[in-house]
Amino acid sequence: MSTATTTHISVPGREQPPMLVAGPVAWARANLFNSIGSSLVTLALAYFLLKYAASFIDWAFLKSVWTVPMDPATGKLDPTACRAAKGTGACWAVIWDKYRFILFGRYPFEEQWRAAIVLVLFIGLFVTSAMRRFWRRELALIWVATLTAIFVLMWGGVFGLRYVPQDEWGGLPITLILSTFGLACAFPIAVLVALGRRSTNLPAVKLLCVIYIEVIRGVPLISLLFMASVMFPLFMPEGLNPDKLLRAQVAIILFAAVYLAEVIRGGLQALPKGQYEAADALGLSYWKKMGLIILPQALRLVIPPLVNTFIGFFKDTSLVLIIGIFDLLTSGKVAVADPIWQAFSTEVYIMLGLIYFCFCFSMSRYSRGLEREFSKSVRR
Amino acid sequence: MSSTSTDPRVTGTRKAPGKGVTLSWSDPRLRAIVWQVVIVGLIGAGIWYLVSNTAANLEQRRIATGFDFLGTVAGIPIGEHLVPYDPSVNTYGRAVLVGILNTLMVTVVGVVLVTLLGTAIGIASLSDNWLLSRLCAVFVEVMRDVPLLLHLLFWYALLLTLPPVREAMMVLPGLFLSNSGLKVPLLVWEPAHSFSMLALVAGAIATWLTGRRATRIQHATGVRPKVWPVAVVALVVVPVGVWALLGAPFTLEMPVKGRFRFAGGGLISPEFMALMIGLVLYHAAFAAEIVRSGILAVPSGQWEAGGALGLRRGTMLRQIVLPQALRVIIPPMTSTYLGVAKNSSLAVAIGYPDLVSIVGTTLNQTGQAIEGIALIMAVYLTISLSISLFMNWYNARLALVER
Repeated sequence: MSTATTTHISVPGREQPPMLVAGPVAWARANLFNSIGSSLVTLALAYFLLKYAASFIDWAFLKSVWTVPMDPATGKLDPTACRAAKGTGACWAVIWDKYRFILFGRYPFEEQWRAAIVLVLFIGLFVTSAMRRFWRRELALIWVATLTAIFVLMWGGVFGLRYVPQDEWGGLPITLILSTFGLACAFPIAVLVALGRRSTNLPAVKLLCVIYIEVIRGVPLISLLFMASVMFPLFMPEGLNPDKLLRAQVAIILFAAVYLAEVIRGGLQALPKGQYEAADALGLSYWKKMGLIILPQALRLVIPPLVNTFIGFFKDTSLVLIIGIFDLLTSGKVAVADPIWQAFSTEVYIMLGLIYFCFCFSMSRYSRGLEREFSKSVRR
Repeated sequence: MSSTSTDPRVTGTRKAPGKGVTLSWSDPRLRAIVWQVVIVGLIGAGIWYLVSNTAANLEQRRIATGFDFLGTVAGIPIGEHLVPYDPSVNTYGRAVLVGILNTLMVTVVGVVLVTLLGTAIGIASLSDNWLLSRLCAVFVEVMRDVPLLLHLLFWYALLLTLPPVREAMMVLPGLFLSNSGLKVPLLVWEPAHSFSMLALVAGAIATWLTGRRATRIQHATGVRPKVWPVAVVALVVVPVGVWALLGAPFTLEMPVKGRFRFAGGGLISPEFMALMIGLVLYHAAFAAEIVRSGILAVPSGQWEAGGALGLRRGTMLRQIVLPQALRVIIPPMTSTYLGVAKNSSLAVAIGYPDLVSIVGTTLNQTGQAIEGIALIMAVYLTISLSISLFMNWYNARLALVER
C-alpha cells in the first residue's frame, strides 16, 4: 500500500494556467458575463454607473467651488461664485465657512478647543472599549472617569476653565453625549429589566417589566421626546425644572433601556439551561448566580447585537432636532438657514451624512468582525 | 450498598417542603413576596408622586383636563387630507382623524414599497453578478448608516431645488415634476369603475377559495386541479367585462401647465414624496439585509437538492428556498414594519401633516399636553399591536410543525 501511494503521486509539470480559467478575463467571464441575463445586467448597470458617477464627480469635484472671496464692504463671504455654479457644481465653500459651527454649534468660539478634546476623548473611549483586551471590570471605571472628564471640559468652571452654560453646547459633542451617556445609563436599567422579564418567581415584577417594554416599544421616540419637552415640567414639583438636554436625555435613556433589555434577554435565553442549573447546584444566591455565571456569558454573547443597537441610538439622537436641541443635525440645519448659504443645503447635508456614516460604518464593521470571531468556535 | 437504602436522602423519608409559606427569611417564597411588595410599592409611590405633582401643577396653571377640546373648531390649515376637511368649520377631532388617516396611508404605502424594494435588493445582493451584488451592498451600507431624519431633510431640500411650476419637467407624458410636487393624471371616476373594482374583489375571493379547494383535492388525491383558468376569468375577464358592459368609460384628467399652477390632475406633494423616498430607502436597506440573511440561513443542501431535481435557479428560489427563508425573515421583518409605522412620525420635521404633526399643533394651540401625547401614544400603540398581532398570526401559520 505504502509503495503504491508514493509511486502514484506524480509531480505535475509547471504549466501556465489556461487563459480562460485564471486572470482578469476569466474573472470577468465568471462574475460579470456568465450568462446572457447576467451580461445584460452588467452592461446596463455599468452604463448607469458610469453616467451618474461621472456627473457626480463633475458636480462634486471638477465644477465645484471650494472657497469664495470675502466681501470687503460687509466683512462677510460673497457667495456670487457659488450662485453662478448652482446646478452644475457643488459649493463646498459653505462647509469651509461653517464647519466650526456645524461641529460645535454655539459653543463659545475661543473655547471650542475644549469641545474638540471632548470629541477625541469620546473616540478614544470607543476605541478602548472595542479592544477585547480591555474587556474587564476596570472598563467601567474608565467609562466613569472619561465621562466625568468630558462633563468637566464641557461645563468648565473649575481648573480655570470658563463656565459654559448648557444651552450654549452644540454640534457633534451633543450627539455623542446623548448617545454614549444614554447607553451608559440605560445599560444597568436594561440588565435589571431583562432579568425582571425572565424571572419566574416574581410575577408582579415580570408583569411590570413586560408592560414597560411593550409600551415603550410600541410608541415612536418622538412621542417620548415630546413628553420630555412638554409634559415633564408638569411632572416635577414646583420650582424644579431640569434643563431641556437633561429631559431629552432621560427620554432617550428610558427608550434605549427597552431595546437593550430585549437584546440582553436574547442572550439570557441563548445560554444553555445547564449553566443556570450548575449555578443552582453550587448553591449560589440569585445575584451571585447572575453576576458571576450567567451575565458574563450572556452579555458576551450579545455584544454584536448590542453594537448594532448602539448604532441605532446614535442615529436616533438626531430626533432631538424636533424638540429644538442643538445636536449635529440641528446645527447643520441652522447653518444653512444663514441667508447667504440658504441655497446650498445639499452640500451641508452630504457632509453631515458623511460624519454619521463614518461613525456608523466603523461600528457596523466592528460588530460584524466580532460576530465572525465569536462564531468561529461553532463553525465547522 | 445495602446501607445506602436506609439513608433518608435516598429513600425520601425526609419531609417534603410544605405548600404554605413559612415566616423565615430563608424561605424563597416569602422572600419573593416581600421583594414584589417592596418593588411594586416603590414604583407605585413614584407614580403617585408624579401624578400628584401633575395635578398640583395643572391646578396652579388652571389647565382643564379632558378631551373636550376635540369638539372645538380647529382652525389648523391642513394641506393633505383623505377625508373632507375645512379648518374654519371642522373640529380638532376631525383634524386628528385626518392625521391618523395620513399616518396610516404613509405606513401602508411604506410597508408595501419597503417589502418590494427590500426583497428585490436582498435577492439581488446574492446574485452571481459581481457588479450587481456589490452595488446592492453599497446601497445597503450607505442608506442605513445615515439617520432617517437626515434622509428626510436631504430629500426634501433636493425636491425643493427642482424648477418652479413654470419650468416643470415632464417626466412622462402627463407627469410633471416641479418644486411644488408631482402632478399626475387622474382617472375620472365613474360608477362603472366602482362596479369593476367590486367584481375584482369578488374575483380575488373566488380565486383564493378555488386555490384552497385545489390544495384540499391535492392533499386527498395527489393531483392538483388547474387554478389559473378560474383566476383569469375571475380576475381579468369579469372585471373588464363589467367595465365594458357599462360603456367602458375612460377619461384621464390631464394636468395642464399654467403660469404659476397646474390646472386639473392630482398632486403628490413634495412633503409626501420626500417622506416616502426617505422612509422607503432607509427601511429597504434593513429589509434587504433581513432577506439576504434569511436566504443564507437556508442550508446549502436545499439548493443542491433543488439542482439535483433539475430545477432552474428562479424556480428553486421561489419553490424551495424562499418558503423556508420566510420563517427566518418574518420576525425581524415585523420589527422593520413596526419601524416604518413609528418612524413615519418623523414627517413632522418636513411638515407633512401626520398624526404627530397635527397633534403637536393642537397641543401648542390648546395647551392640552397630556391628552395630546396620550392620544399619540394610544394611536401608535394600537397600530404597533395590530401589526405585531397580524405578523405573529402569519408567523405561527408558517412555522414548521415539529413532532
